[in-house]
Amino acid sequence: MDPKTSTGRLAGLSCPLPANDEETIQMAHGGGGRLTQRLLESVFLPAFDNPALALQHDGAFLDVRAGRMAVSTDSFVISPIFFPGGDIGSLAVHGTVNDLAMCGARPIALTAGFILEEGLPMEALRRIVGSMRAAAAGVGVSIVTGDTKVVDRGKGDGVYINTTGLGMVPDGIRISPDAARPGDRILISGTIADHGIAIMSVREGLQFETAVESDSAPLADLVAGLLERAGGGVHVLRDPTRGGVASVLCEIAGASRVGIRIEEGLVPVREQVRGACEILGLDPLYVANEGKCIAIVAPEHADAALEAMRRHSLGAQAAIIGSVVDEHHGRVVQKSRIGGLRIVERLSGEPLPRIC
Amino acid sequence: MKFVDEYRSEEHAHQFLEQIQKKITRPWTLMEICGGQTHTLLKFGIDELLPREITLVHGPGCPVCVTPIEMIDVAVAIARRPGVLFTSFGDMLRVPGTRTSLLGAKSGGADVRMVYSPLDAVSLARQHRDREVVFFAVGFETTAPANAMAIYEAARLGLTNFSVLCAHVLVPPAMEAILGSPDNVVQGFLAAGHVCTVMGYREYEPIAAKYRIPIVVTGFEPLDLLHGIWMTIAALEDGRWGVENQYTRSVVREGNLRAAAILEEVFEVCDRQWRGVGSIPMSGYRLARAYERFDATARFQVSPEIAPEPSECIAGLILQGKLKPNDCPAFGSTCSPENPIGAPMVSTEGACSAYYLYGRR
Repeated sequence: MDPKTSTGRLAGLSCPLPANDEETIQMAHGGGGRLTQRLLESVFLPAFDNPALALQHDGAFLDVRAGRMAVSTDSFVISPIFFPGGDIGSLAVHGTVNDLAMCGARPIALTAGFILEEGLPMEALRRIVGSMRAAAAGVGVSIVTGDTKVVDRGKGDGVYINTTGLGMVPDGIRISPDAARPGDRILISGTIADHGIAIMSVREGLQFETAVESDSAPLADLVAGLLERAGGGVHVLRDPTRGGVASVLCEIAGASRVGIRIEEGLVPVREQVRGACEILGLDPLYVANEGKCIAIVAPEHADAALEAMRRHSLGAQAAIIGSVVDEHHGRVVQKSRIGGLRIVERLSGEPLPRIC
Repeated sequence: MKFVDEYRSEEHAHQFLEQIQKKITRPWTLMEICGGQTHTLLKFGIDELLPREITLVHGPGCPVCVTPIEMIDVAVAIARRPGVLFTSFGDMLRVPGTRTSLLGAKSGGADVRMVYSPLDAVSLARQHRDREVVFFAVGFETTAPANAMAIYEAARLGLTNFSVLCAHVLVPPAMEAILGSPDNVVQGFLAAGHVCTVMGYREYEPIAAKYRIPIVVTGFEPLDLLHGIWMTIAALEDGRWGVENQYTRSVVREGNLRAAAILEEVFEVCDRQWRGVGSIPMSGYRLARAYERFDATARFQVSPEIAPEPSECIAGLILQGKLKPNDCPAFGSTCSPENPIGAPMVSTEGACSAYYLYGRR
């Protein structure tokens, strides 16, 4: 609805508002009163337009078929909120949709909770909400209910978003982090570490000859294609976000009580990302991704799984990077480019660039 | 990737390993000076590919590890002063002082920021004229020129709100301290290529002559290290001593004369405390008289008071090559990267962190 409706103007007359009420977020936008309603009507409802949300009830009603559901929630506090390859809005949709995909689920609905900082430019919020809308439309999922709060200036980082997603798991699919078996192959859907390096380069003002873009993208389609081709052979799916590929593989090795062996030379890393990691003293295995998935697949299904990934535009550079082994249980080992072996440990603390 | 992949070829690595194996007839103990080299050795599993006769001990070349605990305490004290904006390389932030680290001070409200270049700290001082911007100048000869340049630049700009906490250290006196120790085990050195890029290697020649050992200036890629180890073993087996240069693509004997000139301009050599090791004569830099006004310890009237190391930490012995990280009872039990007792467990160049990270338990 247009914010400049007659009711809006009247409200302005009866209770004088600061002149710039349309330009920045104010405390009253979270107060539950007229400004809240105006924010809903001018920003959120038109963007996320769907029948469940249009009811403006305390919650949404969803008609679902009987079966197995997956639910996942994630909060997004990224700084900067706009970055090469995406923004906090698209990330908040992709992140939760991807978590559902890693459960083998097709997403059916999302919720969105916004914590806005007083003073956030309305234009920035519109851009973020527009990008959420585009991202949700891209995966065919609706944002069916939500919430908005405003915190004092200085108490937030512009905007924080929480999304919760609901998805349906197709029959016959059992994805679980403890399902890796010796002999299984380890697949990655593309180049690693793009997101972390893109964010770090903006946040810290690092400039490289070629800009690195975040890989933020929805994996639901890619995973659906993978499950179609290799269905029951897919034992584990994970998206290596914070902590990167290394942390996810360590978790799988621990949960499944198996060993994991990967080869450094097989892990796809973009040239400029590798360069940035070399300069900063970071290991790409520990750097975050937002549009990649690791699949652990029974050996007889591995080729079909790889082909299914590569057929999707997001999986063109998919690769088999190693296998699950029946030794060094609970541990991940990497064969280096020159042939030596080393243990890949979990990440401790935040990775900090080195001195020299 | 160009200039990287060439130095990580499996085929050439195996050629070096074969040559080393053919040449070696008896056990030798080598020390790689730099923590970056230690990490390459462990990350690529080179330590496990080498013949058993070779023992690698890990040197003191980790700037974070050797910065004395009292300097961290001073850094924390300055960072907590009202109006101070304290800047440091990322590596330094987690290192524990007597009570806390710079990250601890940050979470307690101090304005501590990570910078990638000392010149970023100078820019911050220009942007925030109402704040005192302090930079923690640590490191060996490798980082010293850039830090010197920042101080020189601050002087040129006439900045009065910029200062440095200077804890620079020098490699050759530390090598002499190791070689002069009665229980020294080191028979050959892999000198740090980047330090020699700046300083050249003339100053290593009298050390090699005095102790009659081979010193090979070595780079940081896997093939650099294998080549450097091959050159050191060949010298030892042939009974040769002296300085050789493996890292010819970066190092010349005279070093980088312009870098040396800025060091000469801004710093002067002084005695320096090394964490866990003690005082080593003429082993560090302090600000030269003309730049004394940028000394943070004078500006904030704080002086380092010798603080005791945690008794269970054997970092000093590890940094001198006398013990290995996994010889320490605390290693991996009470001391880990999440809860480090000593600095070598924190730094990305620390030997303990390398052993932990790459699973040498």
